[in-house]
Amino acid sequence: MTSTGSDRHPMTGNEMSGSESGGMERHSYDVVVIGAGGAGLRAAIAAHDAGARTAIVCKSLLGKAHTVMAEGGIAASMGNVYPEDGWEVHFRDTMRGGKMLNNWRMAQLHAQEAPERVQELEDWGALFDRTPDGLISQRDFGGHRYARLAHVGDRTGLEMIRTLQQRAVALGIDVFMECTVTELLKDPSTGSGRAGAISGAFAYWRETGRFVVFEAPSVILATGGIGKSFKVTSNSWEYTGDGHALALRAGASLINMEFVQFHPTGMVWPPSVKGLLVTESVRGDGGILRNSEGKRFMFDYIPEFFRSETADTEEEADRWYDDKKNNRRPPELLPRDEVARAINSEIKAGRGSPHGGIFLDIASRRDPEFIRRRLPSMYHQFKELADVDITAEPMEIGPTCHYVMGGVEVDADTELSGVTGLYAVGECSGGMHGSNRLGGNSLSDLLVFGRRAGESAASYAAGLRDARAVVDEGHVKAAQADALAPFDPSSGSGPAGATENTENPYTIQSDLQNSMNDLVGIIRTAEELTRSLAEIEKLKERAQHLLVEGHRQYNPGWHLALDLRNMLVVSESIARAALERQESRGGHTRDDFPGPDDTWGTKNLVVRLDSTGTGIELTEQPLPVMPDELKTFFEAQ
Amino acid sequence: MGYDLKMRIWRGDVDGGELGDYTVEVSEGEVVLDALHRVQATQAGDLAIRWNCKAGKCGSCSAEINGKPRLLCMTRLSDFEESETITVTPMRSFPVIRDLVTDVSYNYEKAKQLPAFAPPARDEDGKRRMAQMDVERGQEFRKCIECFLCQNTCHVVRDHEENKPAFAGPRFFLRYAELDMHPLDTHDRRELAQGAAGLGMCNITKCCTEVCPEGIKITDNAIIPMKERVVDRKYDPLVWLGSKIGLRTKDNDGRSEV
Repeated sequence: MTSTGSDRHPMTGNEMSGSESGGMERHSYDVVVIGAGGAGLRAAIAAHDAGARTAIVCKSLLGKAHTVMAEGGIAASMGNVYPEDGWEVHFRDTMRGGKMLNNWRMAQLHAQEAPERVQELEDWGALFDRTPDGLISQRDFGGHRYARLAHVGDRTGLEMIRTLQQRAVALGIDVFMECTVTELLKDPSTGSGRAGAISGAFAYWRETGRFVVFEAPSVILATGGIGKSFKVTSNSWEYTGDGHALALRAGASLINMEFVQFHPTGMVWPPSVKGLLVTESVRGDGGILRNSEGKRFMFDYIPEFFRSETADTEEEADRWYDDKKNNRRPPELLPRDEVARAINSEIKAGRGSPHGGIFLDIASRRDPEFIRRRLPSMYHQFKELADVDITAEPMEIGPTCHYVMGGVEVDADTELSGVTGLYAVGECSGGMHGSNRLGGNSLSDLLVFGRRAGESAASYAAGLRDARAVVDEGHVKAAQADALAPFDPSSGSGPAGATENTENPYTIQSDLQNSMNDLVGIIRTAEELTRSLAEIEKLKERAQHLLVEGHRQYNPGWHLALDLRNMLVVSESIARAALERQESRGGHTRDDFPGPDDTWGTKNLVVRLDSTGTGIELTEQPLPVMPDELKTFFEAQ
Repeated sequence: MGYDLKMRIWRGDVDGGELGDYTVEVSEGEVVLDALHRVQATQAGDLAIRWNCKAGKCGSCSAEINGKPRLLCMTRLSDFEESETITVTPMRSFPVIRDLVTDVSYNYEKAKQLPAFAPPARDEDGKRRMAQMDVERGQEFRKCIECFLCQNTCHVVRDHEENKPAFAGPRFFLRYAELDMHPLDTHDRRELAQGAAGLGMCNITKCCTEVCPEGIKITDNAIIPMKERVVDRKYDPLVWLGSKIGLRTKDNDGRSEV
């Protein structure tokens, strides 16, 4: 199974044991995919199917990526429950959910191709819940006009990752597990004719701490999000913005970084699980939101933009679950940004629950049998972690940092970034979801663009024949020195020459998480954003003086020290873009600019690394204009 | 509400190690993983722990707590007396890499040996049809989060390294059963399950079911039915008769052996 025929470790692929000295492991592929969640696996499968020698490199064990935590479902207009659904309606819902700031072409491709991508999972062994006719069942979710989410109870992400994982294993794709990429490598202009193109990636094995170089003309970033920069988040430790930061350092640009989605329903108690996701399916399946006075408050928060399609009485809202033709959607199923802001306002107004959230109630609305069948993971999660029986009492929930709409700027059809040979897909790419993502559109995004990226990357590599970009040994040495710096008790990088290094990476991470949570959170102001940037500058300076204990073998302190660099540059990008955009739209809410502004509605903010390589620069860029034939879908309403 | 928790944590690597004593402040509602993270952040920055979601969904943080195979993120401190010392050691059936992290490659090797799902062509409209009742059997098994606690606790391989080559373990018996009960699969894997995967070595002591954090009835719903199906195929003349007169399960109709 290995490309080198050597004694690779059966699980990780590691060629060297921890006790072995010296040497640098090298592998050569056509396509290297960084990340093994839904996007990375789907991309690798596509690249392999297109004939490319493909490797997957991932920070965790195979099958543990963040996709596993997705609960609700995969949005696709298959029409199994509502035959009147079609890609045009899905496209329209997606654009409106993103407050029209989406890349229209991505939203179109996504809506058109999602049904076949879901059907394909079934060919590979996925077992979705069924309709009475035996077809894949589809459930209601916020912002979607029709019941559209293919699902397996409330563990759809697990089903998706297991299906893709088993497919990748069956195809014999090489997987390098617990292997972290710290730098992308580019051709330094050595006469290969490929100056500036991607030539590979530099990584370390978590197990041994040893380094490895991947030589490859195509690299696909599928690294997921950035949530670990915030204190209250539904994201796992892996979400440190690696792909975002790798792309920036390689010279690519990010767009829409100011848009961070705060999911309306995260657990608020006990403190140990604060932020843990409570699926939107609870509301899709009939759950409602109440404040401490028992009031179903979402009716007070219906924005003008969605007024014509949202129910304004409880009676109409309740009828909608069974009769969508003659009734409008309950306000609990407005897009996530609207619901999160409403919850935030209720809590601020002193109408919160005992632990600082509000109440999500399905117990009084559906029978226990229904709840346990439709929401088994939620039932289990609350029972085990909070001693709450969701079939008998309401849940306490509040907003949690969940998803970043911003990411690497890519071509809609090929997922190619601004750097030749570098592709990005899934949460680490930007544009598809505009200023706010609809629930269910993430899993379908991974599949649709994962496949496209894999095919483009394979096709580019095949077209090169022998004229491949070259790995620069100087760059490899520099990447190695950077990676080892946190073990050095003194450094010469400070302005005053050599200084003693004493900073603990866990402390800096925790300080960053607090700053981002308090100053760049769900409601923002110029004053707080300016303060956050000053805080980030200080943290960047402190991060120059990290010191980790122990040695290189499976050392989480060292791993965090290397991830911190990525978290800092991504946090700075978010704060800078958020300060610049003087309006409120989707996942970006400014207390000092409370409404949307039409002139901002036609612009993206683009982030690049500045010339010193230590900060970022920001530019405005016009939003691509939708062709007239697509505009007609919006007039019809 | 906080108190000082006494912990003993195994520190070491493939060459050996020992339990280290730690005292760490913990608070209400926390789980064992919270306590370990606090040790890591304040006392032992290089303490190796494998974890991801901290929500019982990814199955990364498997270890042994006071000797019992558990997920670190789903074991609440309130299950123990405040005065009790909590001892955390790595899973015993897999080689240690460092501290609480083990080399679970055995499981990934076994996964590769399992022939994949093989469906027939789709229906004419490009879709597939299955009844909810039929997919539910497989869905129970697909709840598996691959924490490998069942593999760790199974006495066929626990302290019996020599059995590993011939024994796929409960996690993969689950997978064999899932595919065998899949309404659309066309492969007959019964011979393989009994032979290469070592289903016959299991003597249904249900240890795997007891430790499953997802509550999957591994023994009752997967292993025993698989054993029955294997036996049916091999020995039972009534099966032959039953299948002729349409009384037996049709799960294996139209399947070809792999």
